[in-house]
Order: sequence, then C-alpha cells, then structure tokens
Amino acid sequence: MANAAPTLAAPAGAADAKLHRIAFAVMAVAVALAPFAFYPVFLMKAMCFALFACAFNLLLGFGGLLSFGHAMFFGGAGYFCAHAAKVWGLTPELAILAGAGAAALVGSVTGLLAIRRQGIYFAMITLALAQMIYFFAVQAQWFTGGEDGIQGVPRGKLFGLVDLSHMPAMYSVVAVIFLGGFLLIYRIIHSPFGQVLKAIREHEPRAVSLGYDTDYYKLLAFVLSATLAGVAGATKALVFQLASLTDVHWTMSGEVVLIALLGGVGTVFGPVVGALIIVTMQDYFSQLGAGVTIAQGVVFVICVLAFRRGIVGELSRVLKRSL
Amino acid sequence: MNAIFGIPTQALFGQLLIGLINGSFYALLSLGLAVIFGLLNIINFAHGALYMMGAFGAYFLLTKFGIGYWWALLISPLAVGLIGVAIERLMLARLYKLDPLYGLLLTFGLALIIQGLFHNEYGSSGMSYPVPQALQGAKDVGFMFLPIYRGWVIAVSLVVCFGVWFLIEKTKLGSYLRAATENPGLVQAFGVNVPRMITLTYGFGVALAALAGVMAAPIYQVNPLMGADLIIVVFAVVVIGGMGSIMGSIVTGFGLGVIEGLTKVFYPQASNTAIFIIMVIVLMFRPAGLFGQR
Repeated sequence: MANAAPTLAAPAGAADAKLHRIAFAVMAVAVALAPFAFYPVFLMKAMCFALFACAFNLLLGFGGLLSFGHAMFFGGAGYFCAHAAKVWGLTPELAILAGAGAAALVGSVTGLLAIRRQGIYFAMITLALAQMIYFFAVQAQWFTGGEDGIQGVPRGKLFGLVDLSHMPAMYSVVAVIFLGGFLLIYRIIHSPFGQVLKAIREHEPRAVSLGYDTDYYKLLAFVLSATLAGVAGATKALVFQLASLTDVHWTMSGEVVLIALLGGVGTVFGPVVGALIIVTMQDYFSQLGAGVTIAQGVVFVICVLAFRRGIVGELSRVLKRSL
Repeated sequence: MNAIFGIPTQALFGQLLIGLINGSFYALLSLGLAVIFGLLNIINFAHGALYMMGAFGAYFLLTKFGIGYWWALLISPLAVGLIGVAIERLMLARLYKLDPLYGLLLTFGLALIIQGLFHNEYGSSGMSYPVPQALQGAKDVGFMFLPIYRGWVIAVSLVVCFGVWFLIEKTKLGSYLRAATENPGLVQAFGVNVPRMITLTYGFGVALAALAGVMAAPIYQVNPLMGADLIIVVFAVVVIGGMGSIMGSIVTGFGLGVIEGLTKVFYPQASNTAIFIIMVIVLMFRPAGLFGQR
C-alpha cells in the first residue's frame, strides 16, 4: 500500500532470519501436532486460506498492488482442479497442477490488463475482471456445473499410489503444499526480485529511473501471486471435494483482503495468523446461523481505523523485529 | 417497417428502453462516485449499499408511515445523505492523510455491514414497491408503448445529471469545489471551509445514490443485495469513462446502458459480461479511460 504501509521492508538481518527460522519451525511443529487436538478438515481449510492469503500478500504487501479480484484465481483453479480430477480422471497432483496452470494463464492475461493502471483503478479493474470470470462460471455449465458446482470430486491416489480418501494422507499433502508454498513465497520476498518489488512499492518512478522495467516486475509478481492462489484454491477443491460459485464470488476476494489486513499486510507470518482467526470466526458464526458478513465488515472497519499494521505487524513493532 | 436486422422493432426498442433505464442508474451512481472521488480521493465502495438503503427508505416510508413515492423521493435521499455525513465525519475523515486504498477498504467493510444487517432482517427475497398512481400506465409513442414510469425515470435522471453538471461546472459554488479538488490548502487559505465542503460533498454523492435507489424501487424489487452486484458494474463504467470529467461519467453511464441493452437483443449470452469486455478493450487501447486524463 504505497507509502502508508508500515515499512517493515528493512533487509532481513541475520537476527531476523534466525527468528524467522524459529517461527517457521514452530509453525511446522504446530501443523504436525494440530490434528490431534482439532478437526482435520478445519485445519486443512485454514491452511488453504493461509496459503491463499500469503499469495495475496506477496502482491499487496511486497508489490504494493491491491487486487480485489483474487477469487478468480482461487475459485477458477478450484474449477479446473475439480474438472481435471472428476472428468479427465487425472491424479490429484496433476489436477492441482492443472488448477495452478489455469490460474497462471488467467493471471497473465488479467495482469497484463490490470497493471496498466495503479492504486484505486487497479483494485477496481481486478474486481471487474473477477466479476466477469464469475459470470463465465455461472454460464459455462458444461464445465463448472453452474449453480450446483462440481460435486463429489474424487481425491484420487497421489502419484497413483497413496489413497487420499484417508484423512492422514490428505492432511499430510495439504500440510506439505502449505509449508512448501510458504517457503517459496519467503524465498521470493527475500530474493533480488523481491527487493526490486519492494523498491517499486516504495517509489515506482525512482525504480524506473534506476533502469528497472517495473511493468515486467509487477506482472511477474501478479502471475506468481495468481498461481499460488490457484494452488490454494485447487487444494481446497480436493479437500472439500467441491468446486462452487462461492469461491469465485467477489466476497471471496474481499475475504482474502481481510485476512491479510487483520494478520498484517507486508509481514511474513501475518496472513497465516489472519487466516486462522477468520476461518475460526466463520466456523463460529456459521454455527450461530447468520451474521458472518456483518462480523467481517466490523473487523474490516476496526482494522482500517485503528489497527492498520495488523496483529503480526503490531507484534513486530513491539519486538522491533520484522516478522 | 417492423424489423431491423431481422429483429422485431418492438423487442429492439424494448431492450433499448431497459438499457436507458439501467444507463440512468449507472450514470447517477458513477456521477456520485466521481464527485466524491474528485474531492475525497476515495472510491466509495459503500455506494451500492447506500443505493439499496435509498430503496429501502422508500419502502419503509410507505409501509411504516404511509408516506408515498413523491415525499420518499425527497426524504429518503436526505436521510441517507445524513448517514453519509455521519460516515464521513466519524470514519473517513480519519483516513485522508493515508493511502486512498484505505478508504476503499473502509467503505468495503461498511458495505458488508450494511448489506449484512439488511440481509439478516429481510432475507434475500425482494419486496415489491408500487408505481405511483400518477405515473401508471403506458403511452403509445408511435413506434412502441412506453410505460410512463420508465420514461419518468429516464427524464429525471437526465435532469439530475445535467443539473449536477451545471452546478459543478457553471456556478460559483462549483468553482470552489473544482478549486478544492485541485488544491485544498490554497482554497482553505482563501477562507473557504474545506472540511465542511468535503463532508457535504460526500453527503451529496451518497444522496444521489439513494435517489437512484428510490427511483429503482418500483422497477426492480427492493432487495438487500440489489446494490452489491450493481456497484461492480458501475466500477467498470468508471474505469471505462475515467474519472476526469462529470460529463464523461454521464455519457459513459447512459452509453453503456444502451450498449448492454442492445447486447441483450443481438447476443443475449454476453449481456452480463458486455460492459466488462468493453472495459478490457478500453484498457488495451486507452488505459486512462475515454474521458480521463492520466
């Protein structure tokens, strides 16, 4: 978010890197132990949303581009993965790859269009493009199943060997995808590419004057973000064995913005914390009946008015470390 | 002659009329967005929710107080405008020093709250609102039967749109507004109360949305989600037109409504996506929008 974002972008020093390693280890252990205490499907959902939010945060927190249309990658990849697994009979890893590939393709096309404008226009354009994809999904019933979605998607056998209908197997796959995706994003952020991205976020004209082709960097960041969001959406489709219109609707785009904002835009661990809270909140409210939308709206307003750094952002301010 | 390009003229003019009606709402809403954006530098995501509140205002006035359409046309926008003033004073005013994206996020949250509250109370089924007595029936205008109420909506929208254009471009008050858009600090130094002007501008833009809502009530059903999808289309309209000029938003709003209507006649499958596809084309060839300056 251009200049207003808390500048946590200081190059990760050795101390920070060590802290990140410890935090990641704690997270990995938590992922491994959590299924003994919590309902695995809930945890898998949280991990899918966490990866989705990390991918979104790569674009907003490190590229300064607010996309209001990330549902098209999340939900679109879900449709491709579900279709690939159910109709084409692909194995789960190939189905997820098909979903991610579709997201990358859609991301390249929409990215090329959207990066032609900045700031508020970028948000409106991505939102409008996502709405177009939504209408396609409603109309293309032969592919998406329209209002019913694609139901009863088989989880299949991983590499043709491991049956994913067993909960521990499925959980392990989701955990590996989530942790692997997280590490990849961490690597991207701290690569020379990530540094240029931050430079563009802070001051685009200066980055241009230094000779960087900023459009190329922004497009690449957009496609990476879209692809990883697609991986998350495709995985979610396998977990729930369902791809539906909910995942391509604009409310989903809003949800991922909320997750990143609550956890801390531009932080490494923020989106994970945000996802855990929002998914818990959704579960709680869905038991209550209604009111999820209102609660989400209230969290939005509070975050923007009083809590712009988000949870992890505040934490890292107190600790004086980037997290 | 009762067919053009193999399409019966009745159907053609019917869809053209619907297009003009939709265009009226696009124009009124994008006009409000443009006025607000000009001065506040904020994209008001709650615009669709406030449009819905305008329609509900008319519905409440009728069912709870027995107050009819004509008074609703005045009271509902005023009430929603006041709510807008409160939103601006209590929340938006704290965000002006920040990145404009925060304004978008805040108003998005507000839209979720407002739509969620109404949805909890009234569900997603629509309530019908009667066409006022004086505007019932239809008139034979030679080539088609024109329902009087629909003609009325188009006429009122045109009058309001050009009224706003006149107010901003041709009056002294408007000149203050345009000056404050360019340089608020300098205008304030000349003794104009800019913060109050900002508040009233937001209230005014929001009242325009509510006015559109009241006019929409007898045509569409009064429904908690009636503004949610509309606002995204209006965003696309804004991107196509560019937010540089008032006249630009009016022309683009009506124009795109008509194009959408014509798509329904010639290629109905694309009628939902026509405006988005036009947005894509405009972005490819003129990224700043048809009337926008970069």
